[in-house]
Amino acid sequence: MSNMNKLASDHNTGKGNHNSPNINKMEARNLNFYYGDFQALKDISLPIEKNRVTALIGPSGCGKSTFLRTLNRMNDLIEGSRVEGEVLLDGENIYRKEMDVVELRKKVGMVFQQPNPFPKSIYDNVAYGPRIHGVKNKNELDRIVEESLKGAALWDDVKDRLHESGLSISGGQQQRLCIARALAVKPEVLLMDEPASALDPVATAKIEELIEILKENYTIVIVTHSMQQAARVSDNTAFFLMGELIEFDKTEKIFENPSDQRTEDYITGRFG
Amino acid sequence: MSKRLKEKIGFTVLRLAGLLVIIILGIILYDIISKGIGVISWEFLSQMPRNGMTEGGIYPAIIGTFYVTIITALVSIPLGIFAAIYLNEYAKKGKLTRLIRLAIRNLSGVPSIVFGLFGVALFVQGMGFGTSILSAGLTLGLMTLPITVTASEEALKTVPRSYREGSLALGATKWQSIRTNVLPAAVPGMLTGSILGLARAAGETAPILFTGAAFFLPFLPDSPFSQFMALPYHLYILATQHHAISQVRPLAYGTALVLITLVLIVNLTAIIVRARFRKRFKR
Repeated sequence: MSNMNKLASDHNTGKGNHNSPNINKMEARNLNFYYGDFQALKDISLPIEKNRVTALIGPSGCGKSTFLRTLNRMNDLIEGSRVEGEVLLDGENIYRKEMDVVELRKKVGMVFQQPNPFPKSIYDNVAYGPRIHGVKNKNELDRIVEESLKGAALWDDVKDRLHESGLSISGGQQQRLCIARALAVKPEVLLMDEPASALDPVATAKIEELIEILKENYTIVIVTHSMQQAARVSDNTAFFLMGELIEFDKTEKIFENPSDQRTEDYITGRFG
Repeated sequence: MSKRLKEKIGFTVLRLAGLLVIIILGIILYDIISKGIGVISWEFLSQMPRNGMTEGGIYPAIIGTFYVTIITALVSIPLGIFAAIYLNEYAKKGKLTRLIRLAIRNLSGVPSIVFGLFGVALFVQGMGFGTSILSAGLTLGLMTLPITVTASEEALKTVPRSYREGSLALGATKWQSIRTNVLPAAVPGMLTGSILGLARAAGETAPILFTGAAFFLPFLPDSPFSQFMALPYHLYILATQHHAISQVRPLAYGTALVLITLVLIVNLTAIIVRARFRKRFKR
């Protein structure tokens, strides 16, 4: 974990080949999370760099999804759960008392493991977010829907059937619809919880391509079970084990020369 | 006894138990239809009773049951749905929630005649609504409430968590998420359960006995504060309280047939509502 400070200074060689300075969009500081008596996250400190893809890897039950959900406070919904420590978004703690969760979730969007389009039309799915945030103007909604679908590389597939059900398209398209739906509220960070695990290889490749494009404009945190996927799409990788952050570094470093034996064991498939 | 024979006997017993349900319903329907169909005519459905209810129709009883069922629906459906939303979406696990659930379970076990007495005390006398459609409807509404709450809660439980999380993750407030995502998916189930509860209520006698149903009225109710005639009560009178019971027996069966037909129509409506919504939501 000592690599974290170094990271901020020597990241110019990262895969994200753009000129934005390496600032931390989000940052967890000494984060503990409990489900009742069970401690699911133990003292996690982890920076999320702006306009980079951060992958969270680790075996099932290691806390990576729990961690992801602390970033937009989706864990608030779980009765009996408790958070200690801080998560910063643009330098401000999202767990502070006066934080507006609605505002937080507008800025930090989320895509789930199972594509979960609402039982509404494709158009209404994408327009859902803007509508609940008060956009009523038809032309503006049309524009947002088109932009968001284009942003999710779905526009060409569905432009002629915007008013068909969001459930009538294929699984991969549904997942891109969910990404479009998230983009429609203009988030700054996108959280993805194993976004391709329910999809076939072709659809998975499309999602990965999309992630590559999206990181130009968004900060992305992705939970994945697939080592290859983490290696392909991410700039930084965090390895979780039993609620602890074992190692965090640039993705090449993690996969080519991990510092911790447990990381090496995991990525070489010796357990998990 | 060989294993196979045992298996066969066991299977037969189970199947007979299943068939028994159909047989019982069949016998009831056959009995009522065969004895009641003879008096069914347009006059029977559209005329007032005449000659001390030995002739004429049951129009006021049909209308009375219709009105009182509307009041019942207005009371039990919104209250039941709101309570279910609270219980399923907002209530935290705790003493209060457990108490509410306990109350609902016990409420559904209270005998209908007790609801009738309660209705007299609260609505007829306490609130001064008198013996009226309103008092009877409110009483039936309270009686139906546990059914509506339970059905609505079941419907809410079938809405996938992903609908709620999906909208919350977009920055929806809890209420926005419930109103725009959860309720539309739950409404068919809620309505189906509620309508079945109404069908049950429409056939009840005891709760309306003291709260508004009349033995005989020569006119139709003209306000919620009027007394009314109702099909189940009319049937009760024709079957047990009439001075010429054997003479009006066919009329009693005719009334029973109308009542049971109305209830079946209401149930059928529930099925159609559910099917239509289901189609709309599964693309």
